[in-house]
Amino acid sequence: MSWLPTLVQACYFLAALLFILGLKRMSSPRTARGGIVWAGVGMLVAVLATFALPDMHNRGLILAAVLVGVAAAWWSGRRVAMTAMPQMVALYNGMGGGAAAGIGAAELVAQVQRTAVAVPDTSPLRPESWALDAVHQVAQLTPVALGLGVLGALIGAVSFSGSLVAFAKLQGWMDRRFVFPGQRVVNLLVLLLAVLHGVMLVTGHLTVPVIAAFFVLSLLFGLLMTLPIGGADMPVVISLYNAFTGLAVAFEGYVLGNEAMIIAGMVVGAAGTLLTQLMAKAMNRSLGNVLFGSFGAAAGGAAQEIAGAQKPIDAADAAVMMAYAERVAIVPGYGMAVAQAQHKVWEFAKLLIERGVKVKFAIHPVAGRMPGHMNVLLAEAGVPYDLIEDMDDINPEFPNTDVVLVIGANDVVNPMAKTDPTSPIYGMPILDVAAAKHVIVVKRGKGTGFAGIENALFYADNTRMLYGDGQAAAGQLVSELKALDA
Amino acid sequence: MIDGFVALYIFMLAAFTGHEIIARVPVILHTPLMSGSNFVHGIVLVGAMIALGHATTPFGIGLGFVAVLLGAGNAAGGYVVTERMLEMFKPSGGKPGDKA
Repeated sequence: MSWLPTLVQACYFLAALLFILGLKRMSSPRTARGGIVWAGVGMLVAVLATFALPDMHNRGLILAAVLVGVAAAWWSGRRVAMTAMPQMVALYNGMGGGAAAGIGAAELVAQVQRTAVAVPDTSPLRPESWALDAVHQVAQLTPVALGLGVLGALIGAVSFSGSLVAFAKLQGWMDRRFVFPGQRVVNLLVLLLAVLHGVMLVTGHLTVPVIAAFFVLSLLFGLLMTLPIGGADMPVVISLYNAFTGLAVAFEGYVLGNEAMIIAGMVVGAAGTLLTQLMAKAMNRSLGNVLFGSFGAAAGGAAQEIAGAQKPIDAADAAVMMAYAERVAIVPGYGMAVAQAQHKVWEFAKLLIERGVKVKFAIHPVAGRMPGHMNVLLAEAGVPYDLIEDMDDINPEFPNTDVVLVIGANDVVNPMAKTDPTSPIYGMPILDVAAAKHVIVVKRGKGTGFAGIENALFYADNTRMLYGDGQAAAGQLVSELKALDA
Repeated sequence: MIDGFVALYIFMLAAFTGHEIIARVPVILHTPLMSGSNFVHGIVLVGAMIALGHATTPFGIGLGFVAVLLGAGNAAGGYVVTERMLEMFKPSGGKPGDKA
């Protein structure tokens, strides 16, 4: 059976290759679909090869756990709505972080047992545990492996508890933000204690109580770190934890001597870090600001007073305005997706196009809950992507646009990001809809948006408010438009 | 066990690979790509399987079992949601899955 380990290694090599090629294909719209299939084949090969590893015990248990885990995740992933995608990614990512932390914990506890067995040279040794260690190829972890294992466990545990909080927040199970005085100091203290326990583990204090304390502190830090972060910033945080999990997987891969884990984990770690930076940049904020800035906390204090009043419009007038316009731009936001209005909005847009109106969809880089999330939601409704324009392409066109229909978007069209230095979103690039001739905003009520920030656009002279649920409002617009021709 | 410096080279080259892959990605693919990379680190399942396969104590077996459950969830869930998202990307006018 000497060829078997070589075959398994070859399978891992193939898996690593397929992951990289798959991700590469996923980075272009034309080949993206094939990309995930390639990566999927790689995963299948790697998992099957692992079953074939010679010195494996508990094969029945492994199979059971794999089947249950796959079935549960497959079922939940199939039925979840597209709008809930960000929190599902957070959930699955947290599971990966938890698995990495679990591997770290198992290795550390096993190391404690090995040390206990190895030290007393005259005591009756348990031969079976020696035999196991022999096939496990590492009687003792090297200091480097121990250090990386502890680091990976720390990162994985933070990613686990942090991702679960992110999931709970986006799912609406948890209050938006949780802030108390001295929070940063407490967080820093918890992190320092966790690191301290990690250092103790590496420097010869490898005991079960220290391991337990280390994991409790790491999990607690992930929890505390995520609690004060507002929902609007959550995508950046999820992306960061995605990178974290990648790193944790790579480090635990080193401990296990598994190259496929090192390569896949490291690739994701680097890609995820870059993706996180791109997202933070799209929101014009630094990562440090997202993590430690307590977004929205300053709102309300020194905010500018807004003069004027919101001016309402009814659906019939709004429909007429757009029906006789030359150019219409639709700015969809997450509110539209929550109301499941994207199909109605596309139906409305198609009716306008039939009348000869030039319709464009304007997408802010962070529209929806993640960069590109809105594109996914519009694609789901059947909007072809040549009608969808990025911010940089459409901003110069707004002065020539007759009507802008803002539906469910708020912060990304807020002119205060340019004019009010005290606003929490000051400096964020926005869609310049105020430059258009007319703006119609579909909104549920007069309150502030997701981030709790007042929006000067709603009070502008050329803005009219169409109050109502996104789905109902879009439906009314469609029927009013049809009534015009009847 | 992998030799220290060889591991360092692997870490470095893999990091550059990841960076290069993402560097020129259009915004519309950010969400699917984040989901796709989320799937790729589902390879942690393999490590969890090895951990459970080598566990000898009840505690170790319990820990390994949970790790395999979580890892399998990461891999399967990540695949399903990524596939569902990418399924909807249709090129303007053309057939889905067209190759150049």
